[in-house]
Amino acid sequence: MEFDTIAAISTPMGEGAIAIVRLSGDQAIAIADKLFKGIGGKRLKTVSSHTIHYGQIIDPKTEQVAEEVMVSVMKGPKTFTKEDVVEINCHGGLVSVNRVLQLLLTNGARLAEPGEFTKRAFLNGRIDLSQAEAVMDLIRAKTDRAMNLALGQMEGRLSKLIRKLRQEILETLAHVEVNIDYPEYDDVEEMSHRMLLEKGSYVKEEIEKLLRTSQQGKILREGLSTVIVGRPNVGKSSLLNSLVHENKAIVTDIPGTTRDVIEEYVNVRGVPLRLLDTAGIRETEDIVERIGVERSRQVLKEADLILLVLNYSDECTKEDENLFKAVEGMDVIVIVNKTDLPQVIDMDQVHKLSKNHKLVATSLLEDRGVDELEEAIASLFFEGSIEAGDLTYVSNTRHIALLNQALHSIEEAIQAVEMGTPIDIVQIDLTRTWELLGEIIGDSVHESLIDQLFSQFCLGK
Amino acid sequence: MPYEAGNYDVIVVGAGHAGCEAGLASARLGAKTLVVTINLDMIAFMPCNPSVGGPAKGIVVREIDALGGEMGKVIDKTHIQMRMLNTGKGPAVRALRAQADKFMYQHEMKKILEEEKNLTLIQGMVERLIVEDGVCKGVVTQTGAVYTSKTVIITTGTFLRGEIILGELKYSSGPNNQQPSIKLSEHLQELGFDLVRFKTGTPPRVNSHTIDYSKTEIQPGDETPRAFSYETTKYITDQLPCWLTYTSEETHQIINSNLHRSPMYSGMIQGKGPRYCPSIEDKVVRFNDKPRHQIFLEPEGRNTQEVYVQGLSTSLPEEVQHRLIRSVPGLENAQMMRAGYAIEYDAIVPTQLWPTLETKQVKNLFTAGQINGTSGYEEAAGQGLMAGINAGLKALGKEELILSRSDAYIGVMIDDLITKGTSEPYRLLTSRAEYRLLLRHDNADLRLTELGHSIGLIKEERYQKFLAKKESIEGEIKRLQKTIIKPTAEVQELIHSLGGSELKDGIRASDLLKRPEMTYEHIQRLVPSEELLDPDVEEQAEIQIKYEGYIEKSLQQVERLKKMEDKKIPENIDYDAINGLATEAKHNLKEVQPLSIAQASRISGVNPADISILLIYIEQGRIARVSNE
Repeated sequence: MEFDTIAAISTPMGEGAIAIVRLSGDQAIAIADKLFKGIGGKRLKTVSSHTIHYGQIIDPKTEQVAEEVMVSVMKGPKTFTKEDVVEINCHGGLVSVNRVLQLLLTNGARLAEPGEFTKRAFLNGRIDLSQAEAVMDLIRAKTDRAMNLALGQMEGRLSKLIRKLRQEILETLAHVEVNIDYPEYDDVEEMSHRMLLEKGSYVKEEIEKLLRTSQQGKILREGLSTVIVGRPNVGKSSLLNSLVHENKAIVTDIPGTTRDVIEEYVNVRGVPLRLLDTAGIRETEDIVERIGVERSRQVLKEADLILLVLNYSDECTKEDENLFKAVEGMDVIVIVNKTDLPQVIDMDQVHKLSKNHKLVATSLLEDRGVDELEEAIASLFFEGSIEAGDLTYVSNTRHIALLNQALHSIEEAIQAVEMGTPIDIVQIDLTRTWELLGEIIGDSVHESLIDQLFSQFCLGK
Repeated sequence: MPYEAGNYDVIVVGAGHAGCEAGLASARLGAKTLVVTINLDMIAFMPCNPSVGGPAKGIVVREIDALGGEMGKVIDKTHIQMRMLNTGKGPAVRALRAQADKFMYQHEMKKILEEEKNLTLIQGMVERLIVEDGVCKGVVTQTGAVYTSKTVIITTGTFLRGEIILGELKYSSGPNNQQPSIKLSEHLQELGFDLVRFKTGTPPRVNSHTIDYSKTEIQPGDETPRAFSYETTKYITDQLPCWLTYTSEETHQIINSNLHRSPMYSGMIQGKGPRYCPSIEDKVVRFNDKPRHQIFLEPEGRNTQEVYVQGLSTSLPEEVQHRLIRSVPGLENAQMMRAGYAIEYDAIVPTQLWPTLETKQVKNLFTAGQINGTSGYEEAAGQGLMAGINAGLKALGKEELILSRSDAYIGVMIDDLITKGTSEPYRLLTSRAEYRLLLRHDNADLRLTELGHSIGLIKEERYQKFLAKKESIEGEIKRLQKTIIKPTAEVQELIHSLGGSELKDGIRASDLLKRPEMTYEHIQRLVPSEELLDPDVEEQAEIQIKYEGYIEKSLQQVERLKKMEDKKIPENIDYDAINGLATEAKHNLKEVQPLSIAQASRISGVNPADISILLIYIEQGRIARVSNE
């Protein structure tokens, strides 16, 4: 679609304290308004042009606050693209900016392609002729890249799964169509609401499954959420500092006013780590005591990776054993720190407690074993021990947005079936689901429905 | 020797379903029109199934009627049975279908052509067109008659180099052993047209007296009187039934053991046949797990014993067809009156046409119907009407009329043909329309009467009636939106009896109607309207209220696309000069020459990046022109 509303993060990724998400198109203000909660119920729809407003971005589904923002509203034609433009200033941080973008995309905006804002500026007569060639190059380059990407993904699991799912929907659609176009053919069973409900629920489940895998894809985008646990004084802070100092921190603290979790981003041999709840560790608050407290359990549960630290020069205590229990079934690397001090710990016992977990001995003080630890983290990630096995999984913001839209339309279809809406009407939403999934793999050709119709059923005069 | 035979505004070559609508439309627009046909006794002939309408096609018949065409009125007068299909489904896919009395249909249509005052009907075979400097100026017949005109419409159906194939037999022929048109086909090639070879077929006919109907199931028409035309007031109540039977195991055996004699499999037929009406041999081979296939027995008229054996289309040798027929329960002793056959014919590649159905190669020349690669009487009639309108308008120096994909199924069909072309005889299916819920059979008049009136094909009296109906619908919808239904005992009882959840508070009548268990009739019972409303008005009010949400969704979709429809591509655009267009896109764009960006985006092989580049290029050109001036 050429003239819909587009959105993108328009500041460089990662660094910088403020990130801007830009929207352009005739729905820009309406979409932003759906998500914006201003002071005293201020609506973006009614504010005057070229003004800036403080407020929050809310997920309309969960009503949760996603980000605190400043929003600029600029009505066309006095804007860069000559269309209505909204700019959302976020506090920064990959996670929150992405969340805002994600929400815009699920609420009607489309992810802008490279150069698309400029292209619109040109098409709407905003910029001059000399810039046109550059824009065209950009588009061409993009498609070449997209082509390579597409080829790479052809073999990927994602496109295979989506193809399979689309085929299922297509067969259902063809079944509905055949009932409509050949109402007297008794060879074909009439598609019933019950059958459609079954199919619809199946499709919904599959899309939800795919979206869950996007959590793994999210790791690539947002980092592997990692928690460091251990008794007081085993070297948690040193571990954190050495990981942060050894590696370039991607994003600095986000003193979120709405969350009290502090996150650190580090890049360990290409693996983005998001170190969670490091505040607690810094304040040397004893995480062990807090085990059992609901919030801590929650933090542990959400972690993709646990770094469990033990003291080489002390015995394994009851507390250590409790820690092992608390992280059972998770991806854990056990770190035996302080090897510069005399050994007190019973290594046999450590091996027994660690089970299959990788074990690394370090002296963070003397900077020994850090390489080994980093190697362990990287191999855990790339060898697929961590669930993020297929790295090309749904990690792309556009894909996630499309999947969310597809989920929305299949839910509408199911709801319509439950209300007893005629099947050919329900079919509108089912077709939409099929098309949205097709957009993920770049395939929305309508003709294939007619091909399916004739290969699946025996029709004729 | 050639002789001057007359001068006209519009000449229509052929008088099948396309030709009749074309001739009537242009004559009624005020253009002096000549219709030439090979055989005057074959006007509006139905060489295949004796029926009109059905899903998608029935909607086309209504659209033709709303634009002032004739098909609906004629079938309303000449059917032997009428049924509404898909009544158990939503309003978007309901469709009327009539079983026709083939002979009455022909006579009625011929009478109408003869009585049209601006129209001259003659018998003759057109062999050549008069083309000067790429402009068509008339036609020349076999006997040397030269007719000149401002525009010409060719509607030759399957006559172009037609060949009938029946078993091992193959001979040059139009449908039903009519004289084929060979020279015209060669002439079109000389003029530079790309032709394709298509194939279609028809089943055998049997004598009704020899059918044992006790072994079949009766298929009666609807008891409710119905009509296609919005003008019809007299309904036929005396209907004839059709009958349903099935193929047997023996049928399948006969086919399997005679496949080598089927021209479909022996390689004798090269033309591409339609997948939606395969021959019985195709069905048996491709779906060999199906133990039986349906066979419908359809009378061909009131004054004939011939019965059309729907489901048994075949080109197997006549001798095998005799045996096939007798293997079907109820037809054990049936006497075959005509054998089924396949027919191959030339069609022009439809991407050579503009949306007005004027050809790109030769100005003032239009084509419509089966020659454009379609199949079906309704598809032909729909194109014929549009070609007749546009050829007529052009001859009169008026502006063209193009229907969009959101206006009508006719618009969908023509856009499909000229933009995507077709690799098999094209049939309309409801799944080809993306705005199915907008293109309903019940609202064809609301969609198109205004247009029909604006070009002069809908008379003032009918138009006034239409306006009154429209007002009445809007009034009723407003009434239901304003009326509050209170949770009285009567209301709760009704809701309860229908299995709905009771009202907590007063509710708008329109909102209550949106509940799935509610119908207009229920609402009418609770809050009756002051005056008695026409059932059509009630139906519209019900559909428009009940499916408001979905209709709104479709309208938004149309609106989004409209911006792209409005971006016009300049006529003289040089695709070769545009850097960055993919080779395939360039090739296909050059062939189709789309008029708008939206049409370009529907061409196969043209991807979104190409569209972006095209947009930029066009904008560049516009800016360049402005700065040059």
